[in-house]
Amino acid sequence: MAYSDKVIDHYNNPRNVGQLDKSSTEVGTGLVGAPECGDVMRLQIRVNPSTQVIEEAKFKTFGCGSAIASSSLATEWIKGRTVDDALAIKNTDIVKELSLPPVKIHCSVLAEDAIRAAIGDWKKKNGATETAEAAAAAVAQ
Amino acid sequence: MSTVISQVEVPADVHLPIYMDNHATSPLDPRVLEAMMPYFTTKFGNAASRNHSFGWEAEQAVETAREQIAKLIGATAKEIIFTSGATESDNLAIKGIAEMYRERGNHIITQVTEHKAILDTCKRLEKYGYRVTYLPVKADGLIDLDDLERAMDDKTILVSIMAANNEIGVLQPIREIGKLCHQKGVLFHTDAVQAVGKVPVNVIADNIDVLSLSGHKIYGPKGVGALYVRRRNPRVQIAAQIDGGGHERGMRSGTLNVPGIVGLGKACEISLAEMDAEAAYLSGLRDRLKEKLESELDYVHVNGSMEHRLPGNLNMSFVYVEGESLLMGINDVAVSSGSACTSATLEPSYVLKALGLGDDVAHSSIRFGLGRFNTQVEVDYVAAKVIDIVKKLRQLSPLYEMVQEGIDLTKIQWAAH
Repeated sequence: MAYSDKVIDHYNNPRNVGQLDKSSTEVGTGLVGAPECGDVMRLQIRVNPSTQVIEEAKFKTFGCGSAIASSSLATEWIKGRTVDDALAIKNTDIVKELSLPPVKIHCSVLAEDAIRAAIGDWKKKNGATETAEAAAAAVAQ
Repeated sequence: MSTVISQVEVPADVHLPIYMDNHATSPLDPRVLEAMMPYFTTKFGNAASRNHSFGWEAEQAVETAREQIAKLIGATAKEIIFTSGATESDNLAIKGIAEMYRERGNHIITQVTEHKAILDTCKRLEKYGYRVTYLPVKADGLIDLDDLERAMDDKTILVSIMAANNEIGVLQPIREIGKLCHQKGVLFHTDAVQAVGKVPVNVIADNIDVLSLSGHKIYGPKGVGALYVRRRNPRVQIAAQIDGGGHERGMRSGTLNVPGIVGLGKACEISLAEMDAEAAYLSGLRDRLKEKLESELDYVHVNGSMEHRLPGNLNMSFVYVEGESLLMGINDVAVSSGSACTSATLEPSYVLKALGLGDDVAHSSIRFGLGRFNTQVEVDYVAAKVIDIVKKLRQLSPLYEMVQEGIDLTKIQWAAH
């Protein structure tokens, strides 16, 4: 598999690896994928309660190079955005940025799911039920 | 910032990239190349040309190769049919026997971890009204002889079981399988591509009726293989699948690939002379690699029997690390993975799944295929590199972290996608 330089860069130097305190109300956690499918992403955000800006994002991924790169890129992109802005990120943006081949598109889908799941979790914790349901529906897909 | 880039130093006597994928193919032995060279240029004759010296010279070379191959497997030269490789040999054996013995029966027995050249051939025959039993394998990768005996019935004409598996290197009990087949009057074919030249295979002692082998797995050229077809006790008949000039006793028409055949013969001669020493050398390297990996890493396990195994094969799962990402991290080492992401079908290895391993373990597997030209310093470098990258990728793995925290991953409701 010939990867793009950007995928290789994210794989070699993944951004924002780590974990945040799951129990904090400011933190939302998304865990998507399945070990049997060969990829699992955990993406976490810490949101400033007054500005709704994602101040910190962390990830860990079990998966191929593009899965690692997609989630690494996702954390880079969502940092500094408001949660609503972050929800605007589409998997196709990730595909374009990383020049993912067709067989790797599911990695970008998973990264988008991870963003939505993390935001959904945060919204649930913070009582914003209305959009949380939509996010939860996205996760279930 | 964390990094996955390896800091393992490359020893001065290691030349990168390192080739450790010898089950896929092997480099041509320089001695083989030397033997082949004249047959491309000055000795270019057609082995079927009966009335000039160019033809005689080519024919003589082909007959010498036939002897060399026969000797390696305990056959006689007349029992060797040249083909384009083991896929053709497997097709010819199974389709040729199925066609020839159609009146006697329509049942074929094989097993689930065979190469696709066997499985897909059998699937095609099923479309034509043949019945095929695919025996399961045990957790160690071996078939159960009782299963085989139970599967046989009065319509069974052929049993096809590989000698050594291409992914996990396990050696099937071919001698016992052959014995059972002969007791029951059923023909026994073995795809011995990975076994021939690596471990002793003898068509008489092992009760083999038909055997497939290939040049490029034994440091010979690509595009040439052979099929052994027994001539007595019993005399096996095979219907040709390629019609034409009636070459190879009518079983396989087509002008012979003389340089390739010379190379295959030479490769067999070298393998026979060096097999014992090479097997000891390769199993030593293999065990060294295994011990290093096992001593430095947790959650690793060997796939398939260690006891009944090719000397140069090590198939290991590095659990909680996905195989393709591991290959990416060790990109100066050529190995294979059973991960879905590395396969054309995007399915994890069917061989590993057949052992009863979960898909997650198959996704984490790496096949190391050691060969004649690998060295101990290479093994040490590869071990260090794999250890380094696995540790780094586990720092990135949510699964490894969860397991460290005592979470049972099987209890989690994963959203399959």
